[in-house]
Amino acid sequence: MPRITVTVDGITYQEDVEPRLLLVHLLRDRLGKTGTPIGCDTGNCGACTVMLDGMSVKSCSVLAVQADGNDVVTIEGLAHGNEWHPMQKAFHEEHALQCGYCTPGMIMAAIDLLRDDPDPSEETVREGLEGNLCRCTGYCNIVRAVRRGAREMSQRSMPEQAEQTEREVRTP
Amino acid sequence: MSEQLDAGLIAEQIAESDQLSRPSGAHEVGKARRRKEDARLVTGRTTWTDNIQLPGMLYVAFLRSPMAHARITRVDTSAARTRPGVVAVYSGQDFADEQGSLPCAWPVTEDIVIPDHPPMAVEEVRYVGEAVACVVATDRYKAADALEAIEVDYEPLDAVIDMTEALAEGSPKVHETGNKAFTWKFAGGDIDAAFRDAPVVIDRTYVQQRLIPTAMEPRAVVATTDGETFTLYSSTQIPHVLRVMLALTTGIPEHKLRVIAPDVGGGFGSKLQVTAEEVLGLLITRRLGKPVKWTESRTEGNLTVHHGRDQLQRISIAAGRDGLIRGVRVDLLADMGAYLMLVTPGIPILGAFMYNGIYKMDAYDFTCTGVFTTKMPTDAYRGAGRPEATFAIERAMDELAHELGLDPIELRRRNWITHEEFPYTTICGLTYDSGNYEAATDRALALLGYDKLRAEQADRRDRRDPVQLGIGVSTFTEMCGLAPSRVLGSLSYGAGGWEHSSVRMLPTGKVEVVTGTSPHGQGHETAWSQIVADALGVPFDDVSVLHGDTSISHKGMDTYGSRSLVVGGIAVLQACEKVKDKARELAAHMLEASADDIEFAAGTFKVRGTDSGKTIQELALATFAAHDLPDRFEPGLDADATFDPDNFSFPHGTHLCAIEVDTETGATKIRSYVAVDDVGSVVNPLIVEGQVHGGIAQGIAQALFEEAVYDSEGNMLTTTMADYLIPSASDLPDFTTDRTETPATSNPLGVKGVGEAGTIASTPAIVNAIVDALRPYGVHDVRMPCTPERVWRTVIAAGETAWVGPGLAGNTGGTAEGNTAWVGPGLAGDTTDRGEPGTAGDRTDWVGPTAAEGTEAEGGDR
Repeated sequence: MPRITVTVDGITYQEDVEPRLLLVHLLRDRLGKTGTPIGCDTGNCGACTVMLDGMSVKSCSVLAVQADGNDVVTIEGLAHGNEWHPMQKAFHEEHALQCGYCTPGMIMAAIDLLRDDPDPSEETVREGLEGNLCRCTGYCNIVRAVRRGAREMSQRSMPEQAEQTEREVRTP
Repeated sequence: MSEQLDAGLIAEQIAESDQLSRPSGAHEVGKARRRKEDARLVTGRTTWTDNIQLPGMLYVAFLRSPMAHARITRVDTSAARTRPGVVAVYSGQDFADEQGSLPCAWPVTEDIVIPDHPPMAVEEVRYVGEAVACVVATDRYKAADALEAIEVDYEPLDAVIDMTEALAEGSPKVHETGNKAFTWKFAGGDIDAAFRDAPVVIDRTYVQQRLIPTAMEPRAVVATTDGETFTLYSSTQIPHVLRVMLALTTGIPEHKLRVIAPDVGGGFGSKLQVTAEEVLGLLITRRLGKPVKWTESRTEGNLTVHHGRDQLQRISIAAGRDGLIRGVRVDLLADMGAYLMLVTPGIPILGAFMYNGIYKMDAYDFTCTGVFTTKMPTDAYRGAGRPEATFAIERAMDELAHELGLDPIELRRRNWITHEEFPYTTICGLTYDSGNYEAATDRALALLGYDKLRAEQADRRDRRDPVQLGIGVSTFTEMCGLAPSRVLGSLSYGAGGWEHSSVRMLPTGKVEVVTGTSPHGQGHETAWSQIVADALGVPFDDVSVLHGDTSISHKGMDTYGSRSLVVGGIAVLQACEKVKDKARELAAHMLEASADDIEFAAGTFKVRGTDSGKTIQELALATFAAHDLPDRFEPGLDADATFDPDNFSFPHGTHLCAIEVDTETGATKIRSYVAVDDVGSVVNPLIVEGQVHGGIAQGIAQALFEEAVYDSEGNMLTTTMADYLIPSASDLPDFTTDRTETPATSNPLGVKGVGEAGTIASTPAIVNAIVDALRPYGVHDVRMPCTPERVWRTVIAAGETAWVGPGLAGNTGGTAEGNTAWVGPGLAGDTTDRGEPGTAGDRTDWVGPTAAEGTEAEGGDR
């Protein structure tokens, strides 16, 4: 049985796994990371979305062995202590969840979406979240939340950017 | 009409009604509180049933029938038993003596056929997916592996797929008793008189396709026992009903059985059920003495979570040339699937009272026949009977408007109950307590920009633009807040419609509320806290709401049918009133005053006209100490209340949409969607809006995307989310929502319920818009889901010659000119796969529609 080393939400695990074990089952059944749920078996619903080395993946479509040597962030690893991630806050503020089953995956996918476009239009958000299904909200408030989260994330990172710009200006 | 509308005035009226309906002293009710539930949900600290791990837990996997209909001739589990990690393997035969029959709690007629429904098939399977054996193993992979080693021999029998064929003589039988489950009739007024010599008769047949509810959380069951008592965790909407039913089914005494609905990831009716897996979970844990878990895969779910809709609806309207409805006749075939589950037969019956919609008429006649087929049973799905009814009447109203050359809004105006006429007893005998269809419709027209869009539509028609514009109208009401127990009894339903709550002040002044409702996304923890905060004058954050565990909430009727607030919320309020009564008595005692002189405001009981008072928190602590209480005063500030409403509630609204239809590709694009709902007074506008959004999306999904498809042999073709298309964010537009507010008079909060409104209203709005866009092509119906292919084929089938020109196509002022080009309803309308208008049924006196009638519009109607 292959032995893998994987970091999940900042903790390093060494596990002997069957080659066929899905990453999502490693997370849920072996590591007790039940914050990441499973909504389908075909990679359609996106409920199980996590970050694998900074990129969103559907953890039902990734084998645990493929995560060997990698860093996984789940919904449980987003907050800093009691300080929620801006996207978590935005989902709460905009009432972007009802039953909440799709929410972990939706939040992870939304954060990933902003890597490409930190200030997405409504259309960009809708297309970017195509792989994450929600049955409760009709998506209106999810779209609002993602755009709100994006604004808050860019405001938060603005001081860093300003600093960077300053450095760039000084360099020549 | 809408150009004369003063949108500002309406907004003012709405604002005014907002104020009027808010109870005096309300601080929390009406406020857009963010939800208490969210914290655990956005941080991944939820307890879904599949998250539950118990020491020594075993995993169950089910082997399911690949045949739609077959006799089981042999099951050999011996090889599977030797597989690694396998603890036990069972076939139906192993449970035959103890598994009983899954219950049907709604025998709608005395002669209804309720077939035996073993949780695990013993002799015969009747749909693909029916459980025939199971493996219990030490992990879920090993359980799944061992399924492959079970051998089952089947002797195939004929599948029964089509309802009309199922009822034909000589059809293969699903059950020995035949394929008819029941025929249920209902009538009001003289229907023959209404149709006799009626100047206009619309006769249409609509197909309500089969749907899969698709809650995002798949079902899961955990069952455990300590040898004497049993605990069942299930992803269910109905822990209380489930407990009763499981006790009756399994023989486990009710007081030895605890049912827990942990966090539940959506239901939409699909978790309003007593399932085979719940019963079998208990039986397996009873045998093995170990906790067991089963979690369905999505494919299992698509096959075996009960389905929704699947009805063939023939609806006829008799009307005068002025558009006034004389009578409505409905003849319904409802596909039950292979068995009758918890409320399967009752679903179409719930719709029976809604085919009259918001309209006045002299006569109504309804017949429903429940039909067995070799498919997954149907049962409650968001709206449950009422979306079907609303679809049929709203589609047919558009057809009538078209026949008469009337604007569809104008036709509705002529027929609907006006706001002065409430309370109004309908032809179905229901008393609609309140409503204002004019206000909601006027608001919706203004928000959509109705007249401007009609002008654009006319322009596109003139230009024969390949992209046509359609405007969809849906004005609806629904009966919800299930329900007065006496009414449910008169409909042969097996349970009541009351709801329970208990409210207790804790010694430190905090409040615990126990509710019999069982939320799974609705936000009861937040909304009930708002109600209690106002009623007791305590901070919102000081209230906790407990639910979903029969050991904590011993009594309840659970969550479905938009009933939770309307029935359960009122029970919470009434329990608060009792707590206050008790606190008042104590306050009087402590303040040495008469109870009559004590007044209550903002959490403090004061002696009238003085500053002397006690807060409710002080009183709570005093009852904890209990050192100085009035004589015979029971220590504690707590109370129970059970509320049974006198009437249903009747939310209503007007939904309008504009859809572009590309006639060359069949693609449809929702350009705008406006929903103005009247759900009475509102406890939390944020939650209400969310419910409306989600409901609209689900109704649109039926109109455009979703269908559970079985082939002719009964194999399901839509077993994954790649095949059964629930819409994603990119498939849907933003929705414009607004509200009017006419408080319900049937409960002290004035609330009406909002869980199903969006789903009920949106499906006909969408299809009406698509048909409206295609009127110039002689199209009178597009079967749902209106996929691009189906729209395109409909246009092609109508043919280029069918273009009837803008003058006739519009609903606005059509004339008799150009009759010869008209494609009558007999040709273009109702081109459904199954329904054939005019040939169905045995009514030789049926007044069929004629093409000539359809275009003789009266001039000057507008």
